[in-house]
Amino acid sequence: MAKVKIKIDEKEILAEEGSTILEAAKQAGIDIPHLCYEERLSPPSSCRLCVVEVEGVQNLVASCAYPVREGIKVKTNTERVKRARRVVLELLISNHPLDCMTCEKSGSCLLEKYAYELGVTSSRFQGERINYPVVSDNPFIERDNNKCILCGRCVNVCEEVQQCGVLDFARRGFATLITTGFNRPLTETACVFCGNCLSVCPVGALTEVERKGRGREWEFKKTTTICPYCGCGCQISLHTKNNTVVKVTSPPSAPVNSGWLCTKGKFGFEFINSPERLTDPLIKEDGKFKKTSWDKALEFIASKFKQIKKEYGANFIAGLSSAKCTNEENYLFQKFMRAVIGTNNVDHCARLCHSSTVAGLARAFGSGAMTNSIAEILKADCILVVGSNTSETHPIVALQIKKAVKNGAKLIVADPRKIELTEISHLWLRHKPGTDVALFNSFMWVILNEELQDKDFIEKRTEGFEQFKKVIEDYNPQKVQEITGVAADDIIKAARIYARAKKASILFTMGITQHTTGTDNVLTLANLAMLCGNVGKEGTGVNPLRGQNNVQGACDMGALPDVYPGYQSVEDGRIREKFERSWGVSLPDKKGLTVVEMIHAIEEGKIKGMYIMGENPFLSDPNATRTLKALKSLDFLVVQDIFLSETASLADVVLPAACFAEKDGTFTNTERRVQRLHKAINPPGLSKADWEIICELSRMMGYPMHYEHPADIMKEIASLTPIYGGILYSRLGERGIQWPCPDPSHPGTPYLHKDKFTRGKGKFHSVTYKPPKESPDKDYPLILTTGRVLFHFHTGTMTRKVKGLNMIYPEGVIEINPRDAANLNLSEGETVKVVSRRGSVNAKVKITDKSPHGVVFMSFHFAESAANILTNDALDPVAKIPEYKVAAVKIEKIRE
Amino acid sequence: MLSKEDEEKINQIIDRYRDDSGPLISILQEVQTTFGYLPKDALFHLSRRLKIPESKIWGVVTFYSQFYLEPRGRNTIKVCLGTACHVKGSDKILDKLRKILGIKEGQTTKDLKFSLETVRCLGTCFLAPVMMINNDYYGRLTPDRVEHIVNQYR
Repeated sequence: MAKVKIKIDEKEILAEEGSTILEAAKQAGIDIPHLCYEERLSPPSSCRLCVVEVEGVQNLVASCAYPVREGIKVKTNTERVKRARRVVLELLISNHPLDCMTCEKSGSCLLEKYAYELGVTSSRFQGERINYPVVSDNPFIERDNNKCILCGRCVNVCEEVQQCGVLDFARRGFATLITTGFNRPLTETACVFCGNCLSVCPVGALTEVERKGRGREWEFKKTTTICPYCGCGCQISLHTKNNTVVKVTSPPSAPVNSGWLCTKGKFGFEFINSPERLTDPLIKEDGKFKKTSWDKALEFIASKFKQIKKEYGANFIAGLSSAKCTNEENYLFQKFMRAVIGTNNVDHCARLCHSSTVAGLARAFGSGAMTNSIAEILKADCILVVGSNTSETHPIVALQIKKAVKNGAKLIVADPRKIELTEISHLWLRHKPGTDVALFNSFMWVILNEELQDKDFIEKRTEGFEQFKKVIEDYNPQKVQEITGVAADDIIKAARIYARAKKASILFTMGITQHTTGTDNVLTLANLAMLCGNVGKEGTGVNPLRGQNNVQGACDMGALPDVYPGYQSVEDGRIREKFERSWGVSLPDKKGLTVVEMIHAIEEGKIKGMYIMGENPFLSDPNATRTLKALKSLDFLVVQDIFLSETASLADVVLPAACFAEKDGTFTNTERRVQRLHKAINPPGLSKADWEIICELSRMMGYPMHYEHPADIMKEIASLTPIYGGILYSRLGERGIQWPCPDPSHPGTPYLHKDKFTRGKGKFHSVTYKPPKESPDKDYPLILTTGRVLFHFHTGTMTRKVKGLNMIYPEGVIEINPRDAANLNLSEGETVKVVSRRGSVNAKVKITDKSPHGVVFMSFHFAESAANILTNDALDPVAKIPEYKVAAVKIEKIRE
Repeated sequence: MLSKEDEEKINQIIDRYRDDSGPLISILQEVQTTFGYLPKDALFHLSRRLKIPESKIWGVVTFYSQFYLEPRGRNTIKVCLGTACHVKGSDKILDKLRKILGIKEGQTTKDLKFSLETVRCLGTCFLAPVMMINNDYYGRLTPDRVEHIVNQYR
């Protein structure tokens, strides 16, 4: 970008050509007062507070709209400028309630700040005043139009960033106000309650309902940390007072989310200070939990584990680590299982979401993580979203997609459900659940047929192409139309868009992975990307969006039965020796059991004791009835959690853990960014951070672990894990580091496989289409597919403790197509019985064309309508991921 | 809820503007001509069909005084209150109309025959004081002529 020389307040500045005076001044550290301008939004240039003097220009100019020119001389703070600004403020406060002493915004209100700075105490202008009722029509956002200064920031953020267009200016002149269409309550609009309008409001017009009366801005302690919900890894700032979280904000400088949040990140924190939090260790006596001391609880656990080890062997114990916990805790957990218990039977919920990704991408590329970064989505010309309801499961990634599409990128969505992104997509392929391999093989048939492949890339960077090519010959679009239900023309169109794009990025989640062909699905996407040379470049890649805040990290830390931290195989003798030397014990050399295999092993009497940290397998695992029975039959079950979850209630001992806000550590987000977690408040009662609990339990078991702080644990991780070799707390700063980061001088890696694949050459796999394990038939005529919704998270352990979220989305529903509903004579809101071969649940009917004909959808957040009682525990043969996305069900009416 | 026929009418209007950029105001005007005002359900339908947020449509229809969200009288009377008309006594014309019709400006008679409005200038100052009924001008008015004129529209 060319530079121009300008002078602001006698200071020589080299400003970027095309920038405005306000931007140039900001770069140079000169703050020009402004109200309507917000750096992340397009400037309305309406408030006139940012006026400055430009030499040779007669009138004052709005610095947010005036572009810099070579040689201009600007004065930002002359008497004339200040006089003009005072008039602006006086006009604003002439119609503004000056109730700053009780206003929630006081202390962070820009109007107040500038009035203070310019010494404006009252207004010369006395006239009519607006008097609107305060709008409190939803659990999160209160709107007081009387305080609104009509800057339009909220309108812009809703339209440009969230792209919901819920708010706009209405009426004109003095009567102008910002409101919803038809003045509807927010709950009846397209509002997704992201709260981003509230976070850009410069005054007290939009405020959090929950924070009301709970403290002034200056009383809050602000702690920067990472959101505990999905894998986006948004930076948040917890505002706390009296050990209680009062509100959440996010700084515009946040590396992943630029200060934008979703409803869970912004409003989903009530669980932290919930009275239902576990505060004491509990031991079950005669079927009832009794409070006990840490020493007693840990002694009891140690003796039980020792006893099982002695009686049956170490492999009769299994552990589930947690994608909710920190890297350091996951590291210690797997170390505990391997070094202290002596088994590789350690796994966690990544098995249930992206194990097929890890297996597939490791085979094709050599690394199982997201190849590129979230910010790079903006650089793609084509974005292919497959089996990912991104706006509900990864809302912040969805913002990037929407922005990219607005900037001109082509969006192709392949999803059986009419998800939100289909509304802005150029092409929506509504394929039948479980037919992904056929669909994308057919893409590649078109690409090869029309010679759109990247021959150079294929030749230099890949292997296995010739064999792969033969398999593709069977997948011409006409034939695949029959399998997938997608018109051949659309397949051809989509394939051309993808192949002709300079940079194309594939994003996917559980719609790809949670199948018995999950690994095949991932391999197929890897094939597609390699075929068009869309790997190893910025803005391209095969990008699995990880579900949990730290599921990437939990995998990286080796909370998996086959690998140590950094995906180093437990079956590799040299690697094992390295860990044996470091940990000072001999380690088991056989792979352990995966999540669902553990459940099956319990049935066979091959697992007697389990240690579960921060997971709720009863609700999250497939075929819940079977899971419940298995967990109940264990000799000994320890659950460590922040709540008495459905699984914890089955335990013999429950250990109370600290939640994310109450500890230090690191999370690794979906784009491999290791980010720092900071302790904001103290944990309730006697609860402790998971890493502390593991250390103490380990000591009881006769293997002392000494760490003063999680930073010490990270040092040990770095010493043993090449991809984390340069991850040190002192280096993480506010932006974190993306692995691989092999040494302390390495800056981290935004995208993988740049000149060389991790495994050397990228490998094409020959993948043929196989139908799902269970197909609809006469008895079970509908396909059930499961997933998540925006307002809840996983088994609801956290979100269901948040009042507001439950007001917006109170219960589990079954989404059904209008045609199917009519055939079954169902009406909206009616409770029905949903039956599969494995069990039945009741749920309320929601009739919507979101579901295609023949397919019903349920989320797995609600214990009362537990979708996983219905799902199939058939596994992918490689990754052992269950087929959550396809189960055959029928719907029965409940007789009154 | 819109009837099938009404929905079809609106769709036809939208179709006529298919190739225009920014056709919202023109479409709203035609919808208003068709229905006499802008029924809410018609606006909901426009929002969905045009993929324009409800808030934006609401902003436009509340900004311009030409759009009506309530049913209108069959005849619209516009009384000019511009400078020339003011000088020539337009307030007396307005007073008379209020009395005859039993409504204030901005309102519609119960029998839906008349809506009464005031405007700033009709561009026919040489006829002051002036009023318009639908597309007809009536100039050089005196209060006692008003009733006779209005009755022609009953």
